[in-house]
Amino acid sequence: MEDAKRNEQYNRYVSAKIPKTKWWPSLFNSFLVGGVICLIGQGIDDLIMLAFPEISQQSSWAYTLIILIFIASLLTGIGVYDQIGKFAGGGSIVPITGFSNSITSPSIEFKSEGIVYGICVKMFTIAGPVIVFGIVSSVAVGFIYWIISLF
Amino acid sequence: MKKRVQTIILKRQPKIIGSYSIVGPKEGQGNFGAYFDYVMKNDCFGEDTFEKAERKMMESALTGVIQKAKLSPKDIDIMIGGDLLNQIISSSYAARAFEFPFIGVYGACSTMAESMAVASVLVDGGYCENVVCCTGSHFSTAERQYRFPLELGNQRPPTSQWTVTGAGSSIISLNGEGPRVTSVTFGKVVDWGVNDVNDMGAAMAPAARDTMLNHFKNTKTKPEDYDLIITGDLGKLGSEILIDLMDEEGITLGVNYGDCGQMYYRREQKTLCGGSGAGCCATVFNSYIMKKLKEGQYKKVLFMPTGALLSTTSSQQGETVPAVCHAVVIEA
Repeated sequence: MEDAKRNEQYNRYVSAKIPKTKWWPSLFNSFLVGGVICLIGQGIDDLIMLAFPEISQQSSWAYTLIILIFIASLLTGIGVYDQIGKFAGGGSIVPITGFSNSITSPSIEFKSEGIVYGICVKMFTIAGPVIVFGIVSSVAVGFIYWIISLF
Repeated sequence: MKKRVQTIILKRQPKIIGSYSIVGPKEGQGNFGAYFDYVMKNDCFGEDTFEKAERKMMESALTGVIQKAKLSPKDIDIMIGGDLLNQIISSSYAARAFEFPFIGVYGACSTMAESMAVASVLVDGGYCENVVCCTGSHFSTAERQYRFPLELGNQRPPTSQWTVTGAGSSIISLNGEGPRVTSVTFGKVVDWGVNDVNDMGAAMAPAARDTMLNHFKNTKTKPEDYDLIITGDLGKLGSEILIDLMDEEGITLGVNYGDCGQMYYRREQKTLCGGSGAGCCATVFNSYIMKKLKEGQYKKVLFMPTGALLSTTSSQQGETVPAVCHAVVIEA
């Protein structure tokens, strides 16, 4: 009992003492970089629509995503994306480029453990939960959509 | 009632006859850069994996210290060492390259002091003549074992520390010349309920407090009796916490107190709370502190690195972080 009380007191003391993240500057950096990434995406989309006017908006979006994923993957490989991430935080994690980075980075890291047990197994260590929740929530949304369409 | 032996006063006072340190390029640019024996040109050290680089680093630390003490591997009775990787592979693989017996120890970042304490007792008891201690850590191997891939674009929390790439080694012997190990205090495992894995300093400070209090009590000394009291990798935050904790006990840690991790890197190297890892205190002790002891600037040093005894499994299961701290007193 004595120990529990001391631990609680100590944890309170520690949390008051630890250096805090500066909210406003980090939010600014996040939104700045996140916005720039979206701007680049929009630019790519506009260019595709300009160059190939015959394709639909839907497929242009798909190509834009593929190009963004490729760029982020390449930047991860040459060691640039983690530098962007250090500056931007959530700004470069939330867009699809962050997802690409979270798959490419463990693949590079665990290359030394072989193709199957290294790259293929570890590839989803960070992105795995995102994929699982993505699929589960899309199933749920699809189900709700189906029920609504019955009426 | 039986009195527990936590502090051992060494009667024969074994000497540290050789010390060697090898570090990575980032560490070479840090505050202790000029004191290290060897600074690697890159983190890979000519190997294809970081694990092999860590192993090679420890092998060079062993070869280096044996040469510096003007001995040959034949003269070494036992090697004691450890590192941070699972099943302490770096030390075991490094020991494979040599003919002498090997005792693997694990005390996380306190492993250097633990090795030195065990070695001193073995030598003091007259069971061994020359014992070599070697510990090391590597930023890239530790990062991938405990945290995230190197290229992942995440931000490090302000309390986090930077694992030192480096290995340090010393030879403890009855013969020869060098600073003497006069007493050792083995630490208890202390857990004050911190479960933030990014805040090792706060988890380890209570262990340092416990060992320090016991050491002062058992040896009947005060902080003023030492020229330098140095902890391992409590970092900026942890060392401030330790000063506060000791203050509550009525013991003031003054200008003679320092922390290897806190002093390791320069501010512009952006390591937040400072250096950490088994290589942190090992390289500082075997370069800077040993040099100052030999030059006579320090007469009596209390070297007491701390270690956080967690694993990725324990932290994922929400367990708190236990810590340990071993103390070694070295006199010029």
